[in-house]
Amino acid sequence: MNNSAPRHAANEGVIDNARAALGVALLDAREHADQIGLYVDRDSLVATMVTLRDQFGYQQLVEIAGVDYPERPERFDVVYCLLSLTRNHRIRVHVSTDEVKPVPSVTSIWPVAGWLEREVFDMYGVLFEGNSDLRRILTDYGFKGHPQRKDFPLTGYVELRYSEEHKRVVYEPVKLAQDFRSFDFMSPWEGAQYILPGDEKAQPEAPGAPSPVTVDGEKK
Amino acid sequence: MATSYETLTPEEAKSAGEIAIANYTINFGPQHPAAHGVLRMVMELDGEIVERVDPHVGLLHRGTEKLIEYKTYLQALPYFDRLDYCSPLAMEHSYVLAIEKLLGIEVPERAMYLRVLFAELTRICNHMLNLGSHVMDVGAMTPNLWFFEVREDCLNFFERASGARMHAAWFRPGGVHQDVPLKLLTDIGDWLDGRMIELFEDALSLVADNRIFKQRNVDIAVVSKEDAVKWGFSGPMIRGSGIPWDLRKSQPYDVYDRMEFDVPVGTKGDCYDRFMVRCEEVRQSARIIKQCIRDMPEGPIASLDRKVVPPLRGEMKQSMEALIHHFKLYTEGFHVPEGDIYVATESPKGEFGVYLVADGTNKPYRCKIRPTAFSHLQAMDFMMKGHMLADTTAVLGAMDIVFGECDR
Repeated sequence: MNNSAPRHAANEGVIDNARAALGVALLDAREHADQIGLYVDRDSLVATMVTLRDQFGYQQLVEIAGVDYPERPERFDVVYCLLSLTRNHRIRVHVSTDEVKPVPSVTSIWPVAGWLEREVFDMYGVLFEGNSDLRRILTDYGFKGHPQRKDFPLTGYVELRYSEEHKRVVYEPVKLAQDFRSFDFMSPWEGAQYILPGDEKAQPEAPGAPSPVTVDGEKK
Repeated sequence: MATSYETLTPEEAKSAGEIAIANYTINFGPQHPAAHGVLRMVMELDGEIVERVDPHVGLLHRGTEKLIEYKTYLQALPYFDRLDYCSPLAMEHSYVLAIEKLLGIEVPERAMYLRVLFAELTRICNHMLNLGSHVMDVGAMTPNLWFFEVREDCLNFFERASGARMHAAWFRPGGVHQDVPLKLLTDIGDWLDGRMIELFEDALSLVADNRIFKQRNVDIAVVSKEDAVKWGFSGPMIRGSGIPWDLRKSQPYDVYDRMEFDVPVGTKGDCYDRFMVRCEEVRQSARIIKQCIRDMPEGPIASLDRKVVPPLRGEMKQSMEALIHHFKLYTEGFHVPEGDIYVATESPKGEFGVYLVADGTNKPYRCKIRPTAFSHLQAMDFMMKGHMLADTTAVLGAMDIVFGECDR
């Protein structure tokens, strides 16, 4: 149906073989858009990865991505993208965790995981047990917070400027000249859950996004 | 009483006026012309021998992934040009392919040919910058100036196709933004056979067999096949180590499966091999572009699905429906069905991937970008071990790192 995307080896039988080899460690397996995602138990991650590398020939770890779902009890997904050079196939391995439960590190299997795990730690605050060098990587020295979390504001909390007084760059709380605007593009007929501006007859403050604050800071 | 320096104990050496020196640490960067951007490396040296390298990245981190979560799918596209600003169109390629796959839309043939053509032109453009700066980092000035002539021509072609020299935003979900005039295609063909190949081969003849250039690159930072796989290498870096792995061949996207081209591999896995692999890729890219120009069919340049691709301006003057589609696409944008996907393409620097999580709205829930430089730069530590400080620039040059992409 789609003719432009990369074409790799067929997915047939991959899930069944993985289920047979991984047993109870495999919680779920999904195929979407011609790609396979395996949802595995966090504690048996390292064993799963060794099996996938040695038995199934996924030699390369190309990427570790974090995803945040704040409404879930274990809010983070850590997604490992594996590539088989010999079988010409890709597969994804998902594990879930939260802010405090550490994920076993795969640096002993693939040294490349070192920086990739550092990035997930930096962006989401996911801890990796066994990574000997779990420092921040992309954010500034001394940065606070984990910017890719959904509850971290897009503008951040601090801004930088050069201070002529101190002769150096200083951090200050972020000041916006105009309120941050984010439109949800939901049609009011389809299910926007908040009161539309100017709709005086509606019940005040339904659950969901608060109604917009006016210039004087009072809610209408 | 000891007579020679070898037999002195540290205390005796001190009294004899000798100072025992330990390894010392220096800072390379964050502003260094050979770092190709903002890279800070903390290096531990024993004399001039590098013992340990700790690259500090992130000085150009702009929060692209976070910004993309707040933009519609189409508004997020120009951010990709700004990742690897040396090969902008190749960055867009992964992103539009991921969206197309999630939407399940069909792309017309002409659009796929055009995308392959311009992706390869981008490859030439990128390699010109990299080869040129690599030779300049190890001491040769002239080839760089000639390579830049070729790069400038490429940028002019981008401008004629998209209106922008660098940040083209020309690949769109469903096809490309605009059709190209026939004259542009014939000009590219003439340029490949004339000016481009002359300038390129002339400049290359100055360095490829040059004794000084070889002394600086041969046997520097040798990477074995096993290490290349373990450290997640891709692109010219993995091919330089002798593994014939090219996503255009093994996992063809768009119309790469119809193209005839060879995949060059290195024999030793050193900096010189990586340099020569890139040189050969330029010639192969020229081959692909010629095939694209030869085989490109006439027809639409983007999908005719009006829920994804906006209508032509002329249509909008005639049809109310076209006007509504245009308005909806540029305000609300299109909705992508729920699901996640990882799509990788062979960018000039290696495997550039996008892991896209869609939640059914008009904005990506998560867009993780897989930069090529991340895994290559991480391997810097073991590649540099035991080499001289001056080899750093050669190793960095052969890695082809751009910080817009590495730091995102």
